[in-house]
Amino acid sequence: MNLPISLVIGISFAYLALLFAIAWYGDRRAAQGRSIIASPWVYALSIAVYCTAWTYFGSVGRASVEGVWFLPIYLGPMLAMILAWVVIRKMVRIAKNYRITSVADFIASRYGKSPLIAGLVTLITVVGIVPYIALQLKAISAGYGLLIGPAETGLVEAPPAWWQDSTLYLALALAGFIILFGTRHLDMTERHEGMVAAIAFESIVKLMAFLAVGLFVTYWMFDGLGDLFGRAMADESLARLLRFDHGGSQHVYSQWFALILLAMLSVLFLPRQFQVMVVENVDERHLKRAAWVFPLYLFLINLFVLPIALAGLIHFGPGQANPDLFVLSLPLAEEAMALALFVFIGGLSAATGMVIVESIAVSTMICNDLVMPALLKTRRFRQRAGGDLTRLLKTIRRIAIVALLLLGYLYFYLAGEAYALVSIGLISFAAVAQFAPAALGGMYWKGATASGVLAGLAVGFGFWVYTLMLPSIAKSGWMTTDFVEYGAFGLAWLKPEALLGLEGLDPITHSLFWSLFGNIAVFIGVSLISRPTAREASQALLFVDVFERAGGREPVFWQGRARAEDLLALSERFLGPDAARELFVEHARSIGSNSPDRMPADARLVQRVETRLAGTIGSASARVMVASAVDEEPLELDDVLRILDEASQLRAYSRALEDKSRSLEQATEELKAANEQLKSLDRLKDDFMSSVTHELRTPLTSIRALTEMMRDEPDMPTSQRREFLDIMVAETERLSRLVGQVLDLARIEAGHAEWHNSDVDMHSVVMQAVGSIGSRFEDKGAELKVQGSRSAKPLRADADRLVQVMLNLLSNALKVIPDQGGRVEIDLRDEEAGVTVTVSDNGPGISQAEQREVFDKFRQVGDRDQHREGTGLGLPISRQIIEHFGGRMWVESEPGHGATFGFYLPRG
Amino acid sequence: MRRLLAPRLIALFVLGWALFSFPLIQLWDREASLFGLPLLPLGLFFVWAVLIGVLAWLMERDP
Repeated sequence: MNLPISLVIGISFAYLALLFAIAWYGDRRAAQGRSIIASPWVYALSIAVYCTAWTYFGSVGRASVEGVWFLPIYLGPMLAMILAWVVIRKMVRIAKNYRITSVADFIASRYGKSPLIAGLVTLITVVGIVPYIALQLKAISAGYGLLIGPAETGLVEAPPAWWQDSTLYLALALAGFIILFGTRHLDMTERHEGMVAAIAFESIVKLMAFLAVGLFVTYWMFDGLGDLFGRAMADESLARLLRFDHGGSQHVYSQWFALILLAMLSVLFLPRQFQVMVVENVDERHLKRAAWVFPLYLFLINLFVLPIALAGLIHFGPGQANPDLFVLSLPLAEEAMALALFVFIGGLSAATGMVIVESIAVSTMICNDLVMPALLKTRRFRQRAGGDLTRLLKTIRRIAIVALLLLGYLYFYLAGEAYALVSIGLISFAAVAQFAPAALGGMYWKGATASGVLAGLAVGFGFWVYTLMLPSIAKSGWMTTDFVEYGAFGLAWLKPEALLGLEGLDPITHSLFWSLFGNIAVFIGVSLISRPTAREASQALLFVDVFERAGGREPVFWQGRARAEDLLALSERFLGPDAARELFVEHARSIGSNSPDRMPADARLVQRVETRLAGTIGSASARVMVASAVDEEPLELDDVLRILDEASQLRAYSRALEDKSRSLEQATEELKAANEQLKSLDRLKDDFMSSVTHELRTPLTSIRALTEMMRDEPDMPTSQRREFLDIMVAETERLSRLVGQVLDLARIEAGHAEWHNSDVDMHSVVMQAVGSIGSRFEDKGAELKVQGSRSAKPLRADADRLVQVMLNLLSNALKVIPDQGGRVEIDLRDEEAGVTVTVSDNGPGISQAEQREVFDKFRQVGDRDQHREGTGLGLPISRQIIEHFGGRMWVESEPGHGATFGFYLPRG
Repeated sequence: MRRLLAPRLIALFVLGWALFSFPLIQLWDREASLFGLPLLPLGLFFVWAVLIGVLAWLMERDP
C-alpha cells in the first residue's frame, strides 16, 4: 500500500512553509530586539543539526550491517562537548571579538588574514561537503520513492534519466527555499536568528519522529526490548551484530578509535556546526547547558537505532530490504500510514536542516573567501568608485547556493547509488578533519605559521583526495578502478587504500591516518622552520591570548595614515549607507567625541572599520579593501612587539589607576562613616547639654520663686517660712547631686574617672548597701530580702563604685514599690566565671518600649511624681561602671509583675 | 569553583576516552546479557549516560 503523491508532496511543502514561517517570525522578533533564540535550550537544539539524514536513515542501515559501529559517530561529539567550555568557548570569544563568520575565515584570520589560506580552506570544504549534501538528497528521494513507489522494500531499481529525476527538482526546490530563507538580508555579523529558530524546531521534529517509530517498532511490532533482543541473540547471524569484533580484523580497535576522533573533530569544524555553535551563539554562557543537552539529544536519538535495525532484519529477512530505509519500510509494512508520513517528515527535517545551514555557511565562505578575493584582484572592480555592493554580495551567495545543491545532485547522480549513506558521510568528515591541526594549533600555539598551515592542508587534502575521494568515484564506475586495485602507474605501494603497503585498515581509517598524520607532521615541521610575518605574529597573539584581554584595551596592530572620508566611503560600499553611518557614530561615542565628522582617523578607527567589514566579506577580503583605502606603513615584527609592549604598559597603567581609584573610594567611604559618627556624637552632646540645663533649671526655678516670695512678704508666718526653707534645702541638695552625677558621668565617659581597685567581696558590698539604705525601707514599711551565699573568691573591682550601683538599684526599687506591702529581693549568684546580682521589686513594672530606654540619660520611666526625686542619670552611670569592669547590665520586666534589674561581673 | 572547572572537564574528557577505548571497551564485549539486553550495547549506553550525568552536574553547579 502506498500514499498518494499529491499528499506526500503537499505535506512536505506545508512543512517547509511552516519552517519558513518560524524563520520569518524569528527574524522579526530579532529585529524588534526580542530574540526567541536567546536560550541555552534553543542553542542546544540548533547544535543538533549534527543529526542529519545520515543519522536518521543511515545509522539504522549501518547498525544492520555492523552492529554497534554506528555509535562512534555520536561518542565523538559526546567527548568533544565535555571540552566545550574550554575549547568552543574560546572559539566563540575569538569569533565574536573579530567578527569571524566561517571556519575558513577563522583559520585565515589567525594566520595573518591570508586570502590564500581562506581560499584553500573553502575549496577543501566545497569538495568535501558535496558528497554530504548528496547524501541528504539521496535520503529524501529514496524515502519519497518508498512512500509513493511500488516497491515496499526500498531496493534500487534502474535510475531514471536526469530530466525525469525528482531528485533534481528536489535540489532546485531546496535551493530556492534556502535563498528565500537565508540571504534575504545581509546581516552585519552574518547571524541568522530566524534560521536558528527553524533549525531548533526541526531538531524537535526529527527526534519525536524517530522516537515514535522506535517505540512503534519495539512495543507494537515486538514485545518490548527484551523480546526483540532475545530473538536477535537466538539468531546467530544477528547475534553477531551485538558483539564488538565481528570482522576478525586485528585493527578493530584502531578503527573504533579513528571513528571517534573523526566525529570529534567534525563536530567542531563542519561548516554547519561552526555556524550554529560559534557564529550563531548569542551568549557564551549558553554553552554550559548545551554542553550536556546536545549529547543527551544524541543519546536519545540513538536509543532505538539497534532495535529498529534488528526488527527490520527479523521482519524482512537479511538482504530483502534496504536497511537505510527501515524506519520507513517497517511502519509501511504494518500499514501505519500516518506514522510513515510523520517519519518521512522527520527525515525531511533532518535532511533540510543540514542542507539549509550547510549551504548558507558554505555559500558565505565561497562568496567571502573565493569570489571576493578574485574580484578584488581585478583593477576595474577595485577602482569602481562608490556604488553599494551589498546587492552584489547577496547575488554571489545565491548563485553559490544553487551551485552547491547542483553539485550535490551531480555527485548523487554519479556516485550516490554505489554507497550506503554512512560511507558517503564519512568521506566528508575526513575532509573536514583536515582543518583541526590548523584551527586548534592556531588557538593554542603562537608558533604556528601560515606556511605551515598551507603545506599541512595541501598534504592532508592531497592524501584525502587520493586515498578516499578518487577511489569512491572509481568504485561508482565513472573511472577505471585499476589504480585502486593495482596502484597508480601499476606501483603496488601507491595503492590508494593500502599506501606504502599499509594493509588491513578500512578505507576511512587508512585515509584518516595518512591525511591527518601528513597534515600534522608538515604543519608542525614547516611552522618550526618558517618565520611568521608581523601580521601573523600579531594575529597569533590576539587568538591565543583572547581570554587574557577580557575587558582591557586591545593592542591595535596597524600603522599609517588614513582619512575618515575614505573609510566612510569604503564602509558604505559594503555595509550600505545606514549601517556605515551607524558604525561611525558608534565609534565616535566610544572615544568620547560627539561629532562623527571630526574624528581622528587613527588606528582604532581603521581597526573598527576592518573588523566590521570582516563580518560581511571575510577578514582576508576586508584586509585587502582597507589596505587599498588607506595609506599604511608595512608592519614589521619589531612594530608588533612595540605595539604589544605599549598595550601592556597601558594595561598596567590602567590597572594601577584602577587600584588607586579603588583605594580612594575606600578611603572616602571610611571618611564618610567617621563623619557620620562625629555628627551623631555631636547631636548626642547637644541633647545632653539641653537635658542638663533643663534638669538644672527646674530646682533653680523653684528655689528662686520661694526666695522671692520670702523677700516680698516679710510678714510670712514662721511655720510657712520654715516649710519653704526645707524645700529650698531639698532642691539645693538635688542640684548638687545632679551636678555631681553629671561630672561623674562625664569623667567616666571621658575615661578620667578614678578607680580604686581592690579585692572585693560582692556579698559584703551588697550588705553595705543594704545597711545604708535599710532604714528608708523600714520607714516605708517595705520588706528587703537578701538571698545568696558569700563568695569563695574575691572580685577585682572598686568597692565604692559597686556600692554606688547597688544603692542606685535599691533606691530606684524603693521609689516604685507600693506604699503597702512593698517587697524587694536581692539575689546574689556566685559562680566560677563571675557574679550575677539581681534586684527584683513588686512595683508596676516597665513596658517593653520603656525597657529599651531605661538606660538612656535623663530618661525616667514610670509616674511623673517619682521624677522629682531622681536625676535620670543613676542607671546610665551604673551601667557605665559595670561595663567598665567588663560586665553587663540589663532589665527584665512584665508590666504589672514588677521589674528585675541585674548585672553580671566577670571574675578577672 | 571557576578555576577548577577546566581541569575537571579535562579529567572527565580523558576518562571518557579511556572508557570508550581499548582495553576498557573490551570488558563489555562478551556473550552475556543483563535484564535480557545484550551486554555490549547496554554497557556503551550506560557509560554514555554516566558521562552526560557527570557533565551536566559539573556544568550546572558552576555559577
